[in-house]
Amino acid sequence: MTVTGSPDGGSLTLEAAITDSGFEQLLATLDAELVGLVPVKTRIREIASLLLIEKLRGQVGLSAGAPSLHMSFTGNPGTGKTTVALRMAGILHALGYVRKGHLVAATRDDLVGQFIGHTAPKTKEVLKRAMGGVLFIDEAYFLYRPENERDYGQEAIEILLQVMENQRDDLVVILAGYRDRMERFFQSNPGMSSRIAHHVDFPDYTPEELLLIAGLMLEKMQYRLSPEAEAALVEYVALRRAQPNFANARSIRNALDRARLRQASRLVTDPAGPLTRQALMTIEAEDVRASRVFRDADAGSEPGDGGAR
Amino acid sequence: MRLTQGTFSFLPDLTDAQIRAQVEYCLEHGWAVSVEHTDDPHPRNTYWEMFGLPMFDIHDAAGVMAEIDAARATFPHHYVRVMAFDSTRGVESVRLSFIVNRPAHEPGFALLRDEAAGRTIRYAIRSYAADRPEGERYG
Repeated sequence: MTVTGSPDGGSLTLEAAITDSGFEQLLATLDAELVGLVPVKTRIREIASLLLIEKLRGQVGLSAGAPSLHMSFTGNPGTGKTTVALRMAGILHALGYVRKGHLVAATRDDLVGQFIGHTAPKTKEVLKRAMGGVLFIDEAYFLYRPENERDYGQEAIEILLQVMENQRDDLVVILAGYRDRMERFFQSNPGMSSRIAHHVDFPDYTPEELLLIAGLMLEKMQYRLSPEAEAALVEYVALRRAQPNFANARSIRNALDRARLRQASRLVTDPAGPLTRQALMTIEAEDVRASRVFRDADAGSEPGDGGAR
Repeated sequence: MRLTQGTFSFLPDLTDAQIRAQVEYCLEHGWAVSVEHTDDPHPRNTYWEMFGLPMFDIHDAAGVMAEIDAARATFPHHYVRVMAFDSTRGVESVRLSFIVNRPAHEPGFALLRDEAAGRTIRYAIRSYAADRPEGERYG
């Protein structure tokens, strides 16, 4: 496809621009390394396309100004909000939207001061550090405490809003948090909500996606599951999902960590012959099945704290 | 009389784009950039007032430019300079320092002659601006 009508009468090819920006490669790595998250990937693809087209429009002398890219990530625990935010800085840098592509993570205590006049310098300091990159505010709803009208969080929000509006091309702000609390936060701060162009909702993972995630995690940790253990993990995921306090990928990681623990203690207390490389790598069904999730399912009772030991 | 202190002082005043490029250069080298101001232009006045703390952990010049603009807005009639401190062991001093804001009118310096014992003359210079109390100089 070619775009014609540039002032000098020339034309631009979309293909060349796509290759130049590493667009497809970027999205491919994202697809390979993050399981599921379809709405998130769709949005990233849209943003990437917009930035690409904006670049082409610039070449033919059309200008709409920098698009606003402030984002809010909402979703249940363990759905990958922080992971994606960390990625976002690199993606936006590769697309040439932010100049430096570093990420500054901040929480309430980095932004809000403890006494009058303390908040503004603190917030500005963090904003200055984030310029040219991405400012990631995790659990942003803690900034605003409606129950305390003398809370300094409001001041931090106002400074943040001002910079988000006026220095749009200097930094991108990403707010993240649990869905219901973020909704309440935006309701009480309509200015914040309207300055954020992209509200991205992170869906819960399906059991199949959770198993894929477990596979990726094990690969990274250089472990593998025996076929029986794999079957046990499928059952585990189904049981664990039904329990309270299920934290998606985080619960899976914790389960795998505990399985590693049990595998280690099994190998130490009951060494069946010499330890081979294979034995050191393999997690057996009994390591998974020793989990409390199975015991509770057998007894038909709910676990008290939801922790799956 | 135009004050010439620091780097680039014999050049025309730097534009914002040029200042940004210089700051970018400092940040690339890992120097800590700070902003200072004064209304006493005496050449031996080495220690100017700090405008905020030196800025560490900055990756992009935009943060420093915001600080420079804030300093200019607060002290439009003062001298404002940007300093870049290199903390490398063995260097540990200011690498670059240049003026980014100056008063509209700079009255210059008077040469003072002090007659000491035996017709010896001691010379001194004194800024005309410094006749007025601190904070009221340069209008």
